[in-house]
Amino acid sequence: MTTRTATGPVRIESRWARPLQVGRYLLLFAFACFFLMPVYVLVVTALKDPVQVSVSRMWELPQSLSLNGFREVWPKLRPGLVNSVLLAVPVSIISSVLGAANGFVLSKWRFPGADIVFPLILFGMFIPYQAILIPMVRTMRDLGMQGGLDGLILVHVIYGLPITTLIFRSYFAGISDELIDAAKVDGAGMLRTLAYVALPIAPPAFAVAMIWQFTSSWNDFLFGVMLTSKENWPVTVALNNIAGGQQVPFHEVMASGLLACLPTLLVYVVLGRFFMRGLMAGALKG
Amino acid sequence: MNAPLPGTRPQAANIPLQRARPEATGIRLEQVSKRFRGGVLAVDRVDLDVRPGEFVVLVGPSGCGKSTLLRMIAGLEAVSGGRIWLGDQDVTSRLPQERDVAMVFQSYALYPRMTVRRNLGFGLRMRHTGRPERNRRVAEVAEVLGLEHLLDRRPAALSGGQRQRVAMGRAIVREPKAFLMDEPLSNLDAKLRVSMRAQLSRLHQRLGTTTVYVTHDQVEAMTLGQRVAVLRDGVLQQCDTPQHLFRHPVNLFVAAFIGSPSMNFVAASVSGGAAHFADLRVPLPAGSSLATADRQVILGIRPTGFGVAESNGWPTLRAVPDVVEELGDERNLIIDINAPRVDTDATRAAVAARTADDALLLPEEKARFTVRVPGDHPVSIGEPLDLAVNPERLYFFDPETGQTLR
Ligand SMILES: Nc1ncnc2c1ncn2[C@@H]1O[C@H](COP(=O)(O)OP(=O)(O)O)[C@@H](O)[C@H]1O
Ligand SMILES: [Mg+2]
Repeated sequence: MTTRTATGPVRIESRWARPLQVGRYLLLFAFACFFLMPVYVLVVTALKDPVQVSVSRMWELPQSLSLNGFREVWPKLRPGLVNSVLLAVPVSIISSVLGAANGFVLSKWRFPGADIVFPLILFGMFIPYQAILIPMVRTMRDLGMQGGLDGLILVHVIYGLPITTLIFRSYFAGISDELIDAAKVDGAGMLRTLAYVALPIAPPAFAVAMIWQFTSSWNDFLFGVMLTSKENWPVTVALNNIAGGQQVPFHEVMASGLLACLPTLLVYVVLGRFFMRGLMAGALKG
Repeated sequence: MNAPLPGTRPQAANIPLQRARPEATGIRLEQVSKRFRGGVLAVDRVDLDVRPGEFVVLVGPSGCGKSTLLRMIAGLEAVSGGRIWLGDQDVTSRLPQERDVAMVFQSYALYPRMTVRRNLGFGLRMRHTGRPERNRRVAEVAEVLGLEHLLDRRPAALSGGQRQRVAMGRAIVREPKAFLMDEPLSNLDAKLRVSMRAQLSRLHQRLGTTTVYVTHDQVEAMTLGQRVAVLRDGVLQQCDTPQHLFRHPVNLFVAAFIGSPSMNFVAASVSGGAAHFADLRVPLPAGSSLATADRQVILGIRPTGFGVAESNGWPTLRAVPDVVEELGDERNLIIDINAPRVDTDATRAAVAARTADDALLLPEEKARFTVRVPGDHPVSIGEPLDLAVNPERLYFFDPETGQTLR
């Protein structure tokens, strides 16, 4: 007679659970591979020696690692990278701060007509770039802001306001009204309530808004090419000139592409930590 | 009886006033109303006079407008009509920042990114109190409330009771003209609630600050309030000392709402100087205005309005207990009465607002009474016993208006 004895934790599951799970992971793996193919080519080609680069051997791993590509494009790309940083950092900071103030008065310090103003602001999100291009360029020229980075910053800040306002309005809508009421009774006016009570709990919203604004101003090409002169070109325009030129070796194109997208990745890694943090934990009774 | 009962003015004059600090400030509400956008009339022409240093409790079923009234006093909600006075100042149109009252919220609303120390000091900081003075007062209040060892923690790292004390401390530290408290104990467990209630009473005796306290729990209201204002559907019903409220409710709603277990009601008729219900004839108390009346009434008897039948001449009621609730020193008996049940808006609203144990689970035609008898009185389920009705402790209400008939 054999007795079964428990040897460890027992899982209660259907007989098909295992095969189903394996299938699911295989499917997900296949999707991941599909989406990562271009990235693979980008990285692998950028690291190849010029002699190994060819379309027919695109998929092969490099036989020896070479940073030649990076060395070649760095001088050409550097001014663009610097310009883009000078563009994207102020844009993400200014539009997040303004979005925070907007979102605060639209959700927690409401004024008569807030319900009309908010949809009007949101409307700005749905206007396509192309529709405003000509009036925008004319306006900037009349303002004397064409050619420099300041005009481009202004344009991106304004274009980003609807989305940052939306982000902060939703975020603040989720915090308790009683917190704001407590600040009012404690003697704080609108600006001090914003500064001392609302902003300190908003880092997650700042992370989202800044990642968004950094990425979109970094990746923008159209406004950059229309509004800046050669010495102020952002990296996207510089990249276009490298990639679009005749006879440019593949590995150089790939290396510059890789360089151009690193900063956005970096911002995501740095700010992404704030995404999930439960900064509101313990604010209220729970 | 569908119309809300008309508001009733405060009656009692003999209010025991605690020693008021010389600088204590009174609060006066004159015909204060609030109609929200969308048409809800949350507060309807409330008159209330809170004396300097007094502890007044606003009580009523949830949704009756207590919080709205309190928020109007704080300035967080604009009035739709009427005036609010703090001392001799008309503050009706002042911002909350300018009113110098402190509020304790149900959720505590502690600032999550500030330490306890900064939470406590925030109100002083906003009012430009100098740092040394601020630190001194924060330290003093922290000591009174036993928060010294928590000063450098964030609210997230505190227990519910500790958060509650920080919320209280944030109000105290400012030494405001008045404390406004909106159900501050309702998120605590029952035991802590009772001990905080006692602490709150002691704190008030010590500080003597004018306080308006909101709760839906009539036990809390009765134990804390020097006076208790009962609100129903935005209308102030009665504002009186707990004793007076209990002994002389102005209407059916107040009678049903105050007291635990709640008052028993039965439809009865009055004629020939006596009330008749369930084959029982109870003589009216001496001097009753109903002495010569011949009409239908609603009769109310508190569970404690019965005695054990003895030779005191009280009319007796033979009853069979259905349920016996053992309380140690006392017992609650639930008995069927051979008379129609009273089911009015007022009693239903009052009962629904209370804990479910008072509510009848099944709709029934017959009235049921809860009777409180001494614990040494032998009773058992199903055994008939004689209960004497104390004629002095009967209440009569008009079946149409719900007003007390004396
Ligand atoms: N901001 C508001 N807008 C519309 N109606 C409200 C608002 N606040 C409260 N009310 C309504 O006013 C009534 C009283 O609410 P409240 O004062 O919160 O009651 P209580 O605190 O006594 O439970 C309720 O019917 C509620 O639905
Ligand atoms: Mg309330």
